[in-house]
Amino acid sequence: MKVLLSWLREFAPDIDGDPEHLAEVLADLGLAVEELSHVGRGLDGIVIAEVLATRPHPDADRIHLVDVDAGDGEALQVCCGAFNMAVGDLVPLATVGTTMPNGIEIARRKMRGEWSNGMLCSGAEIGMGDDHEGILILEQGLSLGVPLAEALGIHPDVLFDLEVNPNRPDAMSVMGVARDLAARLGVPFSVAVPDVDEAGTPAAERASVSIAAPDFCQRFGVRVLDNVPSGASPRWMANRLLAVGQRPINAVVDLSNYVMFELGQPNHTYDLDLVPGGELGVRMAHRGEELFTLDGTARALTTYDGVIVNRDDEAIGLAGVMGGASTEISADTRSVLLEAAWWDPMTIARTARRLGLRSEASARFERGADPEIIPMALDRFAELAATLGSTTSPGMIDANGNRPESITVRVRSPRVNSILGTDLSIGEMTGLLEPIGFACETGGDSQDFNVTIPSWRLDSATEIDVIEEVGRLHGFSKIARTVPVTEQAGALTPQQQDRRRVRELLAGMGISEAMPLPFLAPGDLARAGLGDDGITVTNPLVAEESIMRTSLRPGLLKAVAYNAARRTTGVSLFEIGRVNPGGGGDLPDEGEHLAVILAGQEATAATTLWRRLARHLTVTRTGVVNGPEDGLHPGRSGQVLADGQPVGALGEIDPQVLDAYEIDERVAWLEVDLGALLEADRALAPYQAPSRYPSSDVDLAFTVSDEVSADEVSATIAEAGGELLASVALFDVFRSDQLGEGHRSLAFTLRFEAPDRTLNDAEVAKARQSCIDAVTNSHNASLRG
Amino acid sequence: MAEPEQLVVEAERQAAAATTLDELSAVRTAMTGKRSPLVVARKALGDMEPDARKQAGQALNAAKASIDEILSAREAELSAAARAEKLAAERLDLTEVTEQPTSGHLHVITQTWQELEDVFVGMGYRVAEGPEIESEWYNFGALNFPLGHPARDMYDTLYVDYGEPGTTLLRTHTSPVQARVMENQEPPIYVVAPGRCFRQDTADATHMPVFHQIEGLVVDRDTTLGDLAGTIEAFTAAYFGPGFTSRLRPSYFPFTEPSAEFDIQRPDGTWLELGGCGMVHPNVFEACGIDPEQWQGFAFGFGIDRLALIRFGIDDLRELWTNDIRFLGQF
Repeated sequence: MKVLLSWLREFAPDIDGDPEHLAEVLADLGLAVEELSHVGRGLDGIVIAEVLATRPHPDADRIHLVDVDAGDGEALQVCCGAFNMAVGDLVPLATVGTTMPNGIEIARRKMRGEWSNGMLCSGAEIGMGDDHEGILILEQGLSLGVPLAEALGIHPDVLFDLEVNPNRPDAMSVMGVARDLAARLGVPFSVAVPDVDEAGTPAAERASVSIAAPDFCQRFGVRVLDNVPSGASPRWMANRLLAVGQRPINAVVDLSNYVMFELGQPNHTYDLDLVPGGELGVRMAHRGEELFTLDGTARALTTYDGVIVNRDDEAIGLAGVMGGASTEISADTRSVLLEAAWWDPMTIARTARRLGLRSEASARFERGADPEIIPMALDRFAELAATLGSTTSPGMIDANGNRPESITVRVRSPRVNSILGTDLSIGEMTGLLEPIGFACETGGDSQDFNVTIPSWRLDSATEIDVIEEVGRLHGFSKIARTVPVTEQAGALTPQQQDRRRVRELLAGMGISEAMPLPFLAPGDLARAGLGDDGITVTNPLVAEESIMRTSLRPGLLKAVAYNAARRTTGVSLFEIGRVNPGGGGDLPDEGEHLAVILAGQEATAATTLWRRLARHLTVTRTGVVNGPEDGLHPGRSGQVLADGQPVGALGEIDPQVLDAYEIDERVAWLEVDLGALLEADRALAPYQAPSRYPSSDVDLAFTVSDEVSADEVSATIAEAGGELLASVALFDVFRSDQLGEGHRSLAFTLRFEAPDRTLNDAEVAKARQSCIDAVTNSHNASLRG
Repeated sequence: MAEPEQLVVEAERQAAAATTLDELSAVRTAMTGKRSPLVVARKALGDMEPDARKQAGQALNAAKASIDEILSAREAELSAAARAEKLAAERLDLTEVTEQPTSGHLHVITQTWQELEDVFVGMGYRVAEGPEIESEWYNFGALNFPLGHPARDMYDTLYVDYGEPGTTLLRTHTSPVQARVMENQEPPIYVVAPGRCFRQDTADATHMPVFHQIEGLVVDRDTTLGDLAGTIEAFTAAYFGPGFTSRLRPSYFPFTEPSAEFDIQRPDGTWLELGGCGMVHPNVFEACGIDPEQWQGFAFGFGIDRLALIRFGIDDLRELWTNDIRFLGQF
């Protein structure tokens, strides 16, 4: 929403001061200034010129040569990059020596060998509209050589580009912004009552309105105007519209826009001759009904769209969104029906969004226009049109749908102070509210007061809404800052602490944390050997981001491939992230996984990593069970157990998957359900004092079938060794022809000790033999001599 | 027999001549061993007259003490030399290392996230979490966005194919965690909720379809807008450091009223628009089963990703997601 300072001053003449300061005041009122610009400055040296001829540049395609007359009758050659002018057009010429508003100085210079004696200006270059593309073509009749500012009646002004929040329908008008600003600055604010001369047949005899959708259309006002101007609008009006970013079209359209910007009330004109009997109606559209809108497009309507209809119940306008082609104003139009109506915001929002027809008008209706401003908007239009020769029929048609009563809210002053943290008196509160139109009624000694919400604040309806206004006008920055004190001790949950410990452990092991996109492309999971796609995103911008992951594997495989493609192999990465495998509840069974990828390493690297992790987290009853896992090397994969339950898989990525991801090295993998892992039984073993007596070590090597895992042998030894066995550790593995196919040697170191004595040879020998017997009997193994 | 003084001189000469500990050991045997002139002379003392014996004995003892001293000194010299020689032989160039350091790095998002958590934990907050695939109710409905409300359009929501169409989505903000916490916990409540959020957006230097936010929620008996402003200010000082201040500007969010944007002012006077905040809307309290006449509260939220970029001097959001080890390894 762009507003000019001069326009604001028409409502509050005493608004004054440094524009930067005013911008800060506006921001403090919740109207953030996105851009503050000075318009109508830096136009010295820019004059009116006429295009005499245009010629191609002999050595350039992107520019051409334009001869202009700047008032002295001489042809002045200018090089120009825009091609939108014709011979006879009047254009702004920045003469040699001019300093443009952006600071650039115009000099006589050669462009590709041709002299350029100045510069022709676009609208944007001189602060007149947003058009950067073409040269601004001026209206005919201006005197050549006259300074542009003088010829166009441009005065220096300040333009504020405001960011208006959805809860501020009032701030979608110059009047509304002026009201807020005047209230904060404590200067008078007033709205001039338009002065309308009426003549001829009363409007009521020339037009009528019937409302068949009274909830959609709360109010529909009409005035009838004759002798409407067919030419351009006055220069001062065109200048203002240009400054706020609205291109002037013709007097009727410009008047309509001007009134909308000024008062916030969108309005629409119909050619009266094209509306039989001047009869207008409002109803919801029929399903499948079609309407040709002003832009010449056929629109298929639904029962959620509101339409304006003629006497024959034919739709002639899409209410609040766009007029119809059949009643459009033309150069021949003499009499118009001027409509200003109030439409249901939600309906307008839905229609405008569905048809992609969001406009300045729909933006105002969506927020909620002011039903009470309708008569004034019609009058203001008539008043301005009269200056261009229009006449106005006496009276206006004021048709009403279901208009709600104005809302009065009971406000508890202690509550206001309690929410805001202020110490305002009732008088101070009402003093803040009254200037913005919130009428207050206080009663005697009561701590409460009644506030009647103004018609232009459709967003406001409850006590908290009024409290917000008090705070806003008082100024959030003036409220004393305090920090609430809680008795609660701040802390992370055990699970949150563990997550950090896992990260630190892995980083300490040289593994960096990756952050792959959580979205997958269709087929990514299958390529990783993980079966079907997971939950899909129904409205993704690109298909590559349409699948929610069920595993962290595709993302980390891509990361390894990405680095390998940049000549970094052997990358170790981990990720902790959410996965969504689906489920049957209200929401999917979202889980949190930990995955580690070790490029260039074999499967057992993952086992080592898992054991360190499990030990770090003091997980009990952990284990690795050899066996094929989806997408992993079938002979080098297994299940991970915590508290005896499966919580994930580890091993090496299946070579076929590696091929699919274009990875050339072995890749070790571990992925566990971190939530399950952290919830598994976790405890330190009961404390045992280190023995003060010497221990004895025994090495045992067995020939064992490949079908039996080292872990199983180790577990057997641990059990057989009993209380005297302090530890057992695998220290060597080898295969040879002597051992036979499908067999290998596993060598363990066993340490025996007792807490209360030095073990004698007989005791150690007995324990050793128990271990040998257990392994040879349980696993069909043999002790190697 | 040589005079004792001569024996000392001889010992001195031989000790100096010894260049190894073994040689010195031989000298020691020759000079003080059983057959050394010194010991032989001692044995001969018994045959002497008492007066002469006393005199000769003293001389021999003095010589013995001198010789022992000479040998010990020489032994210390030689062992020091031997140690020095051994150490010299073991000299190592400590930069002669072939194994490359493998230091792991936490992602910049994690580092920033944890730092933010730590600041709020220090202020007495707990850390809450919620699901990334969220119900329409928690993301919008409970937060005072009625169905069909245009404010829902401000969030470019991604929906997922789960349950009835339009009921399940990728959360657009961390605010649903507010509602979940209020449903499950009796006030007073002091929590922050960091998390991952989603929106329908094309990746560029300043936008990603996935991003991270941290949300704060306080519900207590007399919580005020002044408490909110003070909390933002305290956070600003704690996280950004001295010289940084904050301001609140009125704004609009359906789930808070009054609502505000908060900006951080850097010591050089420039502003950083950081996030949104406000007093918890009574409708949100009611949707979550908390009596708004008994409890008051505030909420705030802001993006983590942009803070990470600023903190580490990164100029493109997309870098966070490349997983290029040359990126990850820098932080």
